[in-house]
Amino acid sequence: MDLTTTYLGLELPHPLMPGASPLVDDLGMVRRLEDAGSAAIVMHSLFEEQILVEQHEAFLFESNAQSHSEAATYLPDPGIFALGPDEYLEQIQRIRSAVAVPVIASLNGTTPHSWIEYARLIEQAGAHALELNVYYLATEILETGEDVERRTLETVEAVKGSVSIPVAVKLSPFFSSFANFARRLDQVGADGLVIFNRFYQPDIDVEALDVMPTLRFSTSAELLLRLRWLAILSGRIDASLAVTGGVHTAMDAIKAVMAGAHAVQMVCALLKRGPQHLTTVREEMEAWMEEHGYESLRQMQGSMSLVKSGNASALERANYMRVLQSWRMP
Amino acid sequence: MPQTRKVTLDGNEAAASVAHRLSEVIAIYPITPSSTMGELADEWSSQGRTNIWGSVPRVVEMQSEAGAAGAVHGALQAGALSTTFTASQGLLLMIPNLYKIAGELTPFCLHVAARTVATHALSIFGDHSDVMACRQTGLALMASGSVQEAHDFAAIAHAATLATRIPFLHFFDGFRTSHEIGKIAELSDDDLRVLIDDEQVAAHRERALTPDRPVLRGTAQNPDVFFQAREACNPFYLAAPGIVAEILRRFEKLTGRAYSLFDYVGHPQAERVVVLMGSGAEVAHETVNWLLARGEKVGLLKVRLYRPFDAEAFVAALPPSARAIAVLDRTKEPGAAGEPLYQDVVTALAEAMAEGRIEALPRVVGGRYGLSSKEFDPSMVQAVFREFTHARPRNHFTVGIVDDVTGTSLPAEPDFDIEPDAMVRAVFYGLGSDGTVGANKNTIKIIGEETEHQAQGYFVYDSKKSGAVTISHLRFGPGPIRSSYLVRKASFVACHQFEFFNRYDMLEAARPGADFLVNAPYGPGEIWDRLPREVQEEILAKGIRLHVIDAYRLSRETGMKGRINTIMQTCFFAIAGVLPVETAIAKIKEAIEETYGKKGGEVLRRNFEAVDRTLAELKTVPLPASVSSRFARPPIVAAEAPDFVQRVTAVMLANHGDRLPVSAFPVDGTWPVGTSRWEKRNIAAEIPVWEEPLCIQCNKCALVCPHAAIRVKVYEPSHLSAAPPTFKSSDFRAADYAGHKYTVQVAPEDCTGCTLCVQFCPAKDKSNPKHKAINMAPQAPLREAERENYSFFLDLPEPDRTKPRVLDVKSTQFFQPLFEYSGACAGCGETPYIKLLTQLFGDRALIANATGCSSIYGGNLPTTPYAANREGRGPAWSNSLFEDNAEFGLGMRLAVDSHRDAARDLLARLASGLPAELVDGLLAADQSHETGIAAQRARVLDLKKLLEGRPDADARRLLLAADYLVRKNVWIVGGDGWAYDIGFGGLDHVLASGRDVNILVLDTEVYSNTGGQQSKATPLGAAAKFAAAGKETGKKDLGLIAMSYGHVYVARIAFGAKDHQTVKAFLEAEAHPGPSLIIAYSHCIAHGYDMAMGCEQQKLAVDSGVWPLYRFDPRRAEEGQAPFQLDSAPPKIRVEQFMKNENRFRMVERLGKDRARQLTVAAQRETDRRFRQYQQLAGMTPAPPPAVETAPEPKA
Repeated sequence: MDLTTTYLGLELPHPLMPGASPLVDDLGMVRRLEDAGSAAIVMHSLFEEQILVEQHEAFLFESNAQSHSEAATYLPDPGIFALGPDEYLEQIQRIRSAVAVPVIASLNGTTPHSWIEYARLIEQAGAHALELNVYYLATEILETGEDVERRTLETVEAVKGSVSIPVAVKLSPFFSSFANFARRLDQVGADGLVIFNRFYQPDIDVEALDVMPTLRFSTSAELLLRLRWLAILSGRIDASLAVTGGVHTAMDAIKAVMAGAHAVQMVCALLKRGPQHLTTVREEMEAWMEEHGYESLRQMQGSMSLVKSGNASALERANYMRVLQSWRMP
Repeated sequence: MPQTRKVTLDGNEAAASVAHRLSEVIAIYPITPSSTMGELADEWSSQGRTNIWGSVPRVVEMQSEAGAAGAVHGALQAGALSTTFTASQGLLLMIPNLYKIAGELTPFCLHVAARTVATHALSIFGDHSDVMACRQTGLALMASGSVQEAHDFAAIAHAATLATRIPFLHFFDGFRTSHEIGKIAELSDDDLRVLIDDEQVAAHRERALTPDRPVLRGTAQNPDVFFQAREACNPFYLAAPGIVAEILRRFEKLTGRAYSLFDYVGHPQAERVVVLMGSGAEVAHETVNWLLARGEKVGLLKVRLYRPFDAEAFVAALPPSARAIAVLDRTKEPGAAGEPLYQDVVTALAEAMAEGRIEALPRVVGGRYGLSSKEFDPSMVQAVFREFTHARPRNHFTVGIVDDVTGTSLPAEPDFDIEPDAMVRAVFYGLGSDGTVGANKNTIKIIGEETEHQAQGYFVYDSKKSGAVTISHLRFGPGPIRSSYLVRKASFVACHQFEFFNRYDMLEAARPGADFLVNAPYGPGEIWDRLPREVQEEILAKGIRLHVIDAYRLSRETGMKGRINTIMQTCFFAIAGVLPVETAIAKIKEAIEETYGKKGGEVLRRNFEAVDRTLAELKTVPLPASVSSRFARPPIVAAEAPDFVQRVTAVMLANHGDRLPVSAFPVDGTWPVGTSRWEKRNIAAEIPVWEEPLCIQCNKCALVCPHAAIRVKVYEPSHLSAAPPTFKSSDFRAADYAGHKYTVQVAPEDCTGCTLCVQFCPAKDKSNPKHKAINMAPQAPLREAERENYSFFLDLPEPDRTKPRVLDVKSTQFFQPLFEYSGACAGCGETPYIKLLTQLFGDRALIANATGCSSIYGGNLPTTPYAANREGRGPAWSNSLFEDNAEFGLGMRLAVDSHRDAARDLLARLASGLPAELVDGLLAADQSHETGIAAQRARVLDLKKLLEGRPDADARRLLLAADYLVRKNVWIVGGDGWAYDIGFGGLDHVLASGRDVNILVLDTEVYSNTGGQQSKATPLGAAAKFAAAGKETGKKDLGLIAMSYGHVYVARIAFGAKDHQTVKAFLEAEAHPGPSLIIAYSHCIAHGYDMAMGCEQQKLAVDSGVWPLYRFDPRRAEEGQAPFQLDSAPPKIRVEQFMKNENRFRMVERLGKDRARQLTVAAQRETDRRFRQYQQLAGMTPAPPPAVETAPEPKA
């Protein structure tokens, strides 16, 4: 079965790969993912905040130094230590030399500022592509949706301007006109869109009057939102499409490809079931496709998109009306 | 001659650079001011830097200097080339091995940053008292007097020891040379290879102990042979000076720098000659040159090789014309015929006279100078020469102080200044935290590298660890800089903190026409009116040019978050004109890039912007013709301060301690308590403000405050009638104090602004949870009112100590802390324990304190924190040494017990003449609680009244001993460096003794005071100095070792995690009639995070199982219960979650993720293993390893 696909200009044997996560911090795990047949390695994100905070921390680190006659410093000389971001660059090199598959680095930030220099450093470190994650919560009450979009576009443009490797943009669904925004990203040169980011929503500790960070694994149910937007975008923009969030089974992956995904990223499923689950999904995909008389993945790529499925109303507003009205009290 | 590389470094690095390249085994132990040498050696070896033979020296940290000397001795015996570094008490601990190493004629070089040996007081500063204690060991003693010489003589000493087989002690003055930064010509590896004779190295190897050709050393000899065998080494000592002289000639050929055994400088027919060694010789050199130029027939003899003392070479080096010789010793030998160098000179001359080598005996006088880094400057050298103009020059004099008791001191002219105008001299007043010192070190480097000028930097720090003031002394100019003393006539003075105007006379050091740079929140139009009257007067009188910049505003605007170092550095270059401004700025930027380059663009951008904007913002202030200020500098201490504080402490606080005469001081180092309360430092930008409606009156804020700067009281409402208008109070909500009022009060001028109290406060505003019952607010607007409130608060009555039904966190905090406003770091994790100790038991405690942070913030002058209560009782505190503290405390216990027993015996003997009820009450008193103690004190008072005036000897003795009938407790306090390492042997012995002492170990898991070197308390996975790649072995379980005795009470506590367990442990430890050991988790700046989060990290340490809380009480075993109680729940989080918040662990990750992960896994395993072990001890079924899911980071 021909499962080959093209994502960000990279020719891949199949669309399955781990999504950005701490899974790949460990070289042993990276090798296991390759053994499981992963089409590419997507690294966890290097955060803008991490870059700025660590730069600044190193700067403020000296505030206890040179203050007392008995001790000029209180920790070994930090000069010989690399910062977290530098460590990230080294990790790219390590993964590059450990595996043969393409390495997609990930940078998480939302402003077109000096941290963007790391995009260039990531390229220099040998990443085949860069996933730019614009995870952002618009909490600022004076900031308009247009402000957010403009800043994101500027950031993407700045990153594109500083590297020659392909750049994918990972987005949240919270844009008022997502299709339009996707098109504008396409226009400023984004080579791919990764949909969607999952937002981590803190819970409340009512005893301590504190907010508590929480983490919940995704479920296949979360895939539906992504399928819908893949289908809306597929065939209407030049950028390639990747899905992330909610792919757990071969059937999930097949649906994503049908909706238009060129790449299918999994995180929670691999965290729960281990890297070999990637092999399972690929084998089950193949079996299903054979059973249903498909010859290649490309054959079904985008088959259920808005453009191709001929059932636009199911994806658009009419679907909302129909589904809601057909619902009856049990 | 090949081109030599010029480098800018300090004396420690200069010596260590040679020692590391010429050694194979280096055993080290930290001690100020030599620690840097060991740290550098360790750092270089961990970076793979090799010695001249191409191998990386092995560096090992030992448990004490005695241990380092033992390890070195072994390494030498087994044929390695070995070195070590030390000072002061450390050197004293090495002495037994030094005898052995010398007795065995073993080539070995020891580098010493010479430091004062503690006598009436400890001093970390420099003199030769430590080195002089080694004269009799048989080591050769070689002195260097400058950074260049520390480098050169390090190499010469290593070469000489191999050539002579006599071990060499190479020393230079602690701080003055060890910490002075200078520009020197570096010895290359090739230079060193020329100096070191490989044949001699081979000979050393051939003498190695090896089973391949066994010999025996270290025999025991008897009266028949020991003496003769001891004399067998004589030829080596006789030959040594000649061999050294030959090496010096080779050295000169190699480098062009000429040295001899005794270097003479001065007039060929000099009549008056001074003799000295060390950095003082440089000052004398400078002064002699100046006097020569003025036609005076004076000279100087610098002693290089002090032992073996070549008396003939000494006499030969003196000009025959010398009629008067003054020998200056940087040490004191009370009771001796004279100080050591003086005695040697007298002997040498007397022998020469007797043997006919000289015709007349010059007049020789001896004097002391420079003890504990006391300034030694040209005025003092001149004073010595001038003394010879008197008919009967004083002998056994002192110079540099005013001795108004025994009249030894020579008067010096304070204004005597011989430095050339071409020398740029600058003084900078800054704070440790504002980066002034770092920027100045960088400035020296820039000027050293960019110009032909010589550069010198020396830095003076105050004794505080929070809000510490630094004074930088910089010199730049052509020609050698021999001025090894502070800058006194500066052409440039900088004040980096505006509030210093209230405390220091900064312009004292300014010469006429000097530039004065001030960082002020005022513009050029406003600043003049903001200066105190004295400052205005001095500016006008000296014709000083005033420059102003608002560096803090600029720093904020450029995102530098309060760092002003590069801004002020740029101002210096703009004003001082040592380099073209453009060149200087380019260099500053280069340096910024070098420092932060790796750390990325944003910090660079902000720094560059700050530098660029500085030039535009720096303004020269047009000065009016006359003084217009309406205010004067406020008094240093309040008018109501006691006489001693006014006369002595205040002078020291004003930086004028040098002016105090001998008569100002107690003769034996005894010092009054409670002096810190007079030093109002005002270092907090923000202080906590109490919101009484939200407060739940838990008193936790008072418990955690490291500086006793937030306090609580409960009192009768009637007192409020006299309260200041803004004084806050609320109804106290507790049944036993019905109708009382309650106040939480901040000491606004003593608070350091650490925010621990706010972080720890559990009371949140229910509708606005980020608002708590205490919140930080800017200090300045609150200062006046809160000062008044605090004063009123202190005058409120202290609570009745017998009233609380239970002693817990809340009730104990009403007790007066008798440890207040120490100089500890803001947010210190140690001091809350000490403060609690003094609240609970301070009125009856003797404290033995091991050297370390707690002895420095506890006892470093000018002001000290231990205080007395209103009855005049309080902790009696003393520091003996680092290594002997447990024994020191045990001695106190034995003495107190002896006094008590004597009192009881006397009481029994005198019982017939005393009321039976009183005697019985005194002898049978239950003193296990406050009420019992109060009752006993009342009985003792009655007894004393009855004994008063009685003439019989027994009654008089009992009167003296009666107070010992009231229970005293002994606390032995120290850090982990003491308890786990250097003092462990003694600690173990004292635990074994079964005596009733209480040991408090303030466990910061590193040597904090000397700068974060690893101890055996350092946890697995943490980076520390000497364990830069992360410690691979687990923390020593001191508690478990102590428990193994069975009779020792042991508690492991962490106040930030479980404060009520902390209080319980203190009470139980004190109540336990045998030895008690409390191991107290103390967060520390050496852990590398914001101390405001100290309590949070303590919680994580406990929640992760890294720091299990427990109490082991032998009394429970007697009651048939398990003596061990585990007070913390099974781990709730993984160790990693605790580790990731602290830079000491995160640094390891930066060295390599794989290693970090291995260490993290090992740390988890170790934590699990230990926790299971504790569960078994507690009789619990060990829980399986924590089933906590590793939470993946947010998917991105």
